[in-house]
Amino acid sequence: MNTLTLSFTLNGDDVSLEISPNTLLVDLLRDKLRLTGTKVGCREGECGACTVLLDGTPVNSCILPAAKVQGKSLTTIEGLAQINGQLTEIQEAFMHEGAAQCGFCTPGMIMNSTALLERNPEPNDQEIRRSLSGVICRCTGYRKIVQAVATAGEMKKSQG
Amino acid sequence: MALTFKDLHWANNIQVQQYLQPENIEEALEMLANFEGRARVIAGGTDVIPQLRGRDIEVEALVDITRIPGMDGILQEGENIVLGGLVTHAQVASSDLIRKKAFLLSEGAGSVGSPQIRNIATVAGNLISGQPAADTSIPLLALDATVTIAGSGGEKQIPLTDFFLDTGKTVLDCTREILTRIQFRGLMKNEGGCYLRLAKRKALTLPMLVLAAVVNADLEKNIINRAAIALGPVAPVPYRATNVEGWLKGASINDETFATAANMGMQECTPRDSCLRGSCDYRQEMSKVFIKRGLRRAIAQIGS
Repeated sequence: MNTLTLSFTLNGDDVSLEISPNTLLVDLLRDKLRLTGTKVGCREGECGACTVLLDGTPVNSCILPAAKVQGKSLTTIEGLAQINGQLTEIQEAFMHEGAAQCGFCTPGMIMNSTALLERNPEPNDQEIRRSLSGVICRCTGYRKIVQAVATAGEMKKSQG
Repeated sequence: MALTFKDLHWANNIQVQQYLQPENIEEALEMLANFEGRARVIAGGTDVIPQLRGRDIEVEALVDITRIPGMDGILQEGENIVLGGLVTHAQVASSDLIRKKAFLLSEGAGSVGSPQIRNIATVAGNLISGQPAADTSIPLLALDATVTIAGSGGEKQIPLTDFFLDTGKTVLDCTREILTRIQFRGLMKNEGGCYLRLAKRKALTLPMLVLAAVVNADLEKNIINRAAIALGPVAPVPYRATNVEGWLKGASINDETFATAANMGMQECTPRDSCLRGSCDYRQEMSKVFIKRGLRRAIAQIGS
């Protein structure tokens, strides 16, 4: 089997590594790069626990061939907080609102809402729900999650 | 070969020997030709990857066409709208041009899967997967779209009405050919369109029934000039209710017309009994409701 040389930006750092052509992105992240914040749920693009941002756009990493990130910029849940540990507004808001229960869907929820607030800093309830519609949570009633995203939007606005 | 839960869920890799990323169509077609049917085109991959993981299909190589330039635009060419073969559902759903000229397609594209799926899955791929109720196949069928297919013998244009052969099967051979563009005429002044979808949830769910309608009518004379009605899943392929369409030509716009059309349409529909998405009886009844509602809404949309 031929290997591929893959070069891309991962959470702000340039990386270059050899992969086999049958590697899926979520496995590259979790097993090779040890970034286990991205979760494996259904492995067929249904649950959204594996959501990452590819050039700022949410995609399911479980059904994405790793080769597709060649030359692109990839952000995982580990890439949101700053080096000094300072969390983003969304992460703070999820803690503050108690928006995580078992926590398995949380990375997916946070990655999708990060992309939402990037393009729409003041989303309404419907826009928040639509942006989270590709992530399934089996613990909560989604209420606190939706509230957390709204709160994060307000936090972001007040900080200018 | 039956697969255990462990194989399906934890077998990490897909079974391919090579992942190729050509820079242009010619190179892509040559790669496909070299594998003589053992390679397959991949774009967004949201259907192909789960199929490979489930061993529904087996290939030696994947030819990823997403790096080919010039295929990711939505363009207006005269009265036609052209979608490049790499245009995603998210692009279509957020396009002002599509919203203005083919609202039914915006609605369909915005109903597929989830935001993450729509961000990467292509409309061309939605057609090629050949599912009878695909959310962009149904509106594109009602819009009388034509697709352009590139193969080793050059390009050919095929109307969507001739494109679908059977469930999961189209005239396109994805081991040798590439769908490069989708073309249709935008709605005119005396035309209205409508997209209806019945599903258990609002996201990540296949529809129990979808309908797309385009109606060309003379509102002053109160008659229907022409109607196109596409339905799914009521047959093995995305379905055009041509008998109803024929009968509607020149019909007056009133409740009796809608009721007659709905009854005729229902008799053409043969949906499957599904534990997940409704019985045949239920879906037939709903097809009646959808035809009435679809015609009424499409006509109400004329001029708006």
